[in-house]
Amino acid sequence: MTRGEIRNVILEIIEDIDEEADFETLDPDKPLRDQLDLDSMDFLDIVMELRKRYKLQIPEEEYPELATLNSCVHYLEPKLKDC
Amino acid sequence: MHHLAEHERIVLTGVGLVAPGATCLSEFRANLLAGRSGISTIDLRYMGTVPAGICSFAETKYRKKKENKRGTRAGCIAVYCANEALADAGIDFSGYDRAETGVYLGLTEHGTVETENEVYNISRYDYNVDYWTHHHNPRTVLNNPAGEITMNLGITGPHYSVGAACAAGNAALIQGTQMLRLGEVDLALCGGISECVGSFGIFASFRAQGALAEHPDPTRASRPFDLARNGIVISEGGCVFTLERLDRARARGAKIYAEIAGYAMNSDARDFVMPYGPRQSECMQRALQRAGLEPRDITIINTHATGTRQGDIEECKAIRQVFSDCPDTWINNTKSSIGHAMGAAGVLELAGNLPSFTDHLVHPTINLDNLDPDCNLPGIIANKPKPLDKPFTILNNSFGMVGINSVVIVKRFDEK
Repeated sequence: MTRGEIRNVILEIIEDIDEEADFETLDPDKPLRDQLDLDSMDFLDIVMELRKRYKLQIPEEEYPELATLNSCVHYLEPKLKDC
Repeated sequence: MHHLAEHERIVLTGVGLVAPGATCLSEFRANLLAGRSGISTIDLRYMGTVPAGICSFAETKYRKKKENKRGTRAGCIAVYCANEALADAGIDFSGYDRAETGVYLGLTEHGTVETENEVYNISRYDYNVDYWTHHHNPRTVLNNPAGEITMNLGITGPHYSVGAACAAGNAALIQGTQMLRLGEVDLALCGGISECVGSFGIFASFRAQGALAEHPDPTRASRPFDLARNGIVISEGGCVFTLERLDRARARGAKIYAEIAGYAMNSDARDFVMPYGPRQSECMQRALQRAGLEPRDITIINTHATGTRQGDIEECKAIRQVFSDCPDTWINNTKSSIGHAMGAAGVLELAGNLPSFTDHLVHPTINLDNLDPDCNLPGIIANKPKPLDKPFTILNNSFGMVGINSVVIVKRFDEK
């Protein structure tokens, strides 16, 4: 998957969690939690959805890698390159 | 209970409800008086199509879709009902402290729906529990629906569920009354919730027991006291009341639907599923005694009858025993219109009868074409509403599995 595709997947998963999420003003370098109505349980939803879609197991100590949209893309790029 | 001080007298001042075919009390009452059934069908995993009572309401009126997704169906219904009850009562917490408010909800069961859904979910991943949701525990803890109300409304007083099978709605109403009398809280939100239609297991278990209603026309499937009855129609729904002490309610000029006159609960101590009339009649007698009323003082008996062969007969025996010479006591059944809303049944059925105090009508039991001679009670109101001069009291029966009985009596509010 390309970086753009990964970005779209993340946004799609967030939209599935909260369809009212507003991505218009989203700064990809700022924490998602500061900009959207997301909490720790929602992040677990993102982790679960990645597991379901791509059989991706993200270890708990690496959850901070999912903090911003860009860090998600950066972290997931090598893991999803063959998807 | 004739000589209670004002602060010991508990009044019902707000009603929020969701029933099959209704999203507020006036709609609900109109359906009941018109004899309109709210029953349709559900096509449920593994079960196929069966009669059921499904509720349609503004699920995002009081919280976001995101919160509904995270929470439970019971929580969604509970949040709607609680907000509607407060709005109906005109309570905005300017006069009541959220820390002095208690939330007490009756549930027949909780977690069945969520657990079945998760097992189905992991079945698609070869039963690998890595795919089991982290939402499972907060969704299935027994206090979930009441807790969802407190999170939504910022209520910081106590919240918990009362588990009493299908007597649970009444049990929660009784709990709220007791907590107000004890001075534990100043305002009680109490009622009952059912999300049972989401569980194939609940339908399948009733079917295995030979107690699940079947009828080609779903609106005719729920038929308590009728010879052709063949079981229960399962429904979802909810009802939450605001209960207040009379002095506080009066001080703020609240509209008062009714006063809690008496109540009782007891246990059959006999059987897992079979009801037991003698204990039910003891329960009714005890509630009457607490209310300081004679059987003939009861205007309306709202029966628990669910449409099972034995259950209906047993309750009729119990009523016959207590109300033997009561020419002005009338009997009806709300499940004939909305099915059996399980934990919500007692309170929904009470709510459906409260307007009798103002419209002076007894809503009918519908689908009663051929009265079972074993259910032949003189005061049964069948198929058409009955006008009365001045209804004075309503006695509400709710009984449940493993032998739990509850009776609540409310009376028309009297200024004296």
